[in-house]
Amino acid sequence: MSTLAVEGLRVRLPTPAGEVTVVDGVDYEVQPAEVFGIAGESGSGKTVSMLALLGLLPEGSAVEGSARFGNDDLITMPRRRLRSISGRDIAMVFQDPFTSLHPMLSVGKQLTEHVRLHLGLDRRGAEERAIELLADVRIPDPRAALRRFPHQFSGGMRQRIAIAIALACRPRLLIADEPTTALDVTVQAGILRLLDRLRREHELAVVLITHDLGVLSSVADRVSIFYAGRVVESGNRADVLQRPRHPYTRALLDALPHPEAPKEQDLVAIGGAPPSPGRIPPGCAFHPRCAYAVDECRSVVPPLVPVGDRRLACPVDPFADE
Amino acid sequence: MSALELSDVVVDYHGRGGHVRAVAGASISVERGTIVGLVGESGCGKSTLARAAVGLVETAGGTVLFEGRPVTSLGRRTRPAELVRLQLVFQNPYSSLNPRRTVGSQLADGARGANVAELLERVGLPSNAIRRYPHEFSGGQRQRIAIARALAANPSVIVLDEPLASLDASAQAQLANLLKRLSRELEVGLLLISHDLAIVRHVADEVSVMYLGRMVETAPTLPLWEHPAHPYSEALIAAVPRADGGGVLPDSLPGEVPDPSHPPTGCRFHPRCPYAFDRCTVEEPPLLELSGGRASACWLQTEGRAPAPLPNLVGTESVE
Repeated sequence: MSTLAVEGLRVRLPTPAGEVTVVDGVDYEVQPAEVFGIAGESGSGKTVSMLALLGLLPEGSAVEGSARFGNDDLITMPRRRLRSISGRDIAMVFQDPFTSLHPMLSVGKQLTEHVRLHLGLDRRGAEERAIELLADVRIPDPRAALRRFPHQFSGGMRQRIAIAIALACRPRLLIADEPTTALDVTVQAGILRLLDRLRREHELAVVLITHDLGVLSSVADRVSIFYAGRVVESGNRADVLQRPRHPYTRALLDALPHPEAPKEQDLVAIGGAPPSPGRIPPGCAFHPRCAYAVDECRSVVPPLVPVGDRRLACPVDPFADE
Repeated sequence: MSALELSDVVVDYHGRGGHVRAVAGASISVERGTIVGLVGESGCGKSTLARAAVGLVETAGGTVLFEGRPVTSLGRRTRPAELVRLQLVFQNPYSSLNPRRTVGSQLADGARGANVAELLERVGLPSNAIRRYPHEFSGGQRQRIAIARALAANPSVIVLDEPLASLDASAQAQLANLLKRLSRELEVGLLLISHDLAIVRHVADEVSVMYLGRMVETAPTLPLWEHPAHPYSEALIAAVPRADGGGVLPDSLPGEVPDPSHPPTGCRFHPRCPYAFDRCTVEEPPLLELSGGRASACWLQTEGRAPAPLPNLVGTESVE
C-alpha cells in the first residue's frame, strides 16, 4: 500500500490581486522505500503542493482534493491531529538547514527535545537516541557534536543534522525540498547517497522536490514534471528522462549542458518565461512556448492520461515514435 | 601580455581570532576574447580572488595587472579612469541594481554616450526595458541587465562571480549562450567564477581549479574534463550528477575544505585525497607545467609530461 496518495490536489492562495490558483489538480503516490521526485522551474507549484499537505499555507488559502496517509486524509483532518502527525510520521527537510535549526540551541538540545516530545523518552534515553541518529547520518564524533551549536558545522553537516532531526521519530514519509541546492556538488553527492541509504534502511517513503534534473536522475525512482501548477508528465525515472515525451520535459533536458556535447553547440534555451500564477495561459499552460502546439492546445487543458509506460498531458505527443 | 594577470596573489582577512589567508599565492590570467572558468568548493577563495582582481580587497602579496597597470585596492580614493574597462558582475543582480531607478537610467550612468537601447539589444532585452524597473524582470533578465551595465563601460575584461547560480535551467542556458557570444563578438575577456562544473565545461575555454587558496590545476576545458590531472579536479567532476535517467549516484568526496587559518601540511588536499602517499603529507607540490598548456600541483605528475592518468580506484567504496 502506498504511504501517501494525493488525488486532485488544488491550492488557491490569497494575494492582493485576489485568489490565485497555484496548484491545479495534482495526483501522485509514494511507496515505502521509494524516492518520488518532483521537478519543475521556480513558481511551478512544487513546494506549495507539499506545504498544502502539512497545513503550512498562509491563512485564507483554499485546498481541495485528498491526500491519504495511512487511514487518514491530511487535507480534511483536524488541525490538531495534523500537527501531531507532522514532525513525527511525516518529516520535512528544507533547502537551508540554517533556517530550520535553532541558532541558539545546541544540537543535542534540538535533537533530544524533539524525541522527548514525540516519543516520550527520558533524558538519558533521549540522549542515546540522539547519538544514534547523529551516527546514522555520519556526523563524526556524535557525542561531542551534541554540545555544539549549528553555526559550528559546515553547510553539509548542518543538512545532515537537519536530516537526523527529521528522522528522530522514525517517520514513514520524508519530504525533502531542494535539500542539496545550497551545497557544493561534492557535499551534495554525500547527501544524496545518505538519502538513498536511509530510505532503504528505514523503509522510508521520500518526496524529493528539486529544480535539478541531475539530482532527480540520480536518486528518484519515479518522477513528475510540474509546469505552472500541473503535472505534464510522470513515470519511471529512466522512461521520463531518457525518452521524454512532453515537449516541456524535453525542453528542460535540452537546456542542460550535456557532459559529452561538443562545446561549439549553443545550449537550447526555452523561449519565453514560465507564466506567473494568476496569468496562466488558457489550455495547455506551456502552449505559448511550445513548438508543437496545435489549436486544441490553446483552448483545452490536456488531462494527464496513461500513454504507454507513463502518464502524459499532451494531446500532440510529438515524440511518441522515438 | 594578458588583459588581466594575477600572479602569486595573497589575500589575508584579519579578524578577532587572528588572520586567515583566504588566497595563498594564486595566479590566473585572462586574455581578451576568451572565457576562463574558476571553480572550486565554497571556501576555496575563488570569490576573494575575484574581488582582488578588480581591486575590491587589498592584497597582501603578489601582483594584479590590468592592461599592464597595477590594480590597487580601492580604499577611499577614486578609481583610476582606465580601470573602468575592468568590470565586475555579482551573483545576485537584485542587490546590485537600484530598485527605485529605471533600467535605462542605470545603464546611462556608465554608458557615456553609448546607446542604451543598443546595450539592451546586445543582451537580448527589448528596448522598452529602458522605462521599466528591476522588479519587473525575472532573475535571468536582471542578470542580463547587470551584464548590460558592465558592457556600458566598453570593458576589455568582465569578472563574473557566480552569475548563473540561482537561475532555472532555461535562464541559465540563455545566459551561458550570451556570455559565449559576448566574448567572441566584443572580444571581451571573461573570468567566470562558478561552482557549477557542467556549465563551466560548456562555456569556458580554459579552467582553473582552486583549492584552499591555491590553484591545483589549470588546463584547456575539454582535456581537463576528459583527463583531469589533479585528484581534486577528478573528484569535482565525478560529483556532478548526470540527468541521463541512469539512476547513478554521483561520487562524493569525503571530508570538507579545511579551515584556511590552519591549512594541512604538505599538499593541502592530501587529507581528502584517495591517492595520497608519504611525500604528499610533508612537501607541498608546486604547480608543475605539463604538456598541452596544462599545469597541475600534484606529485603524481611529472614536469613537462602529458598528464598521467590517475590511478584506477574502481572497486573502492564511495562514501556518503
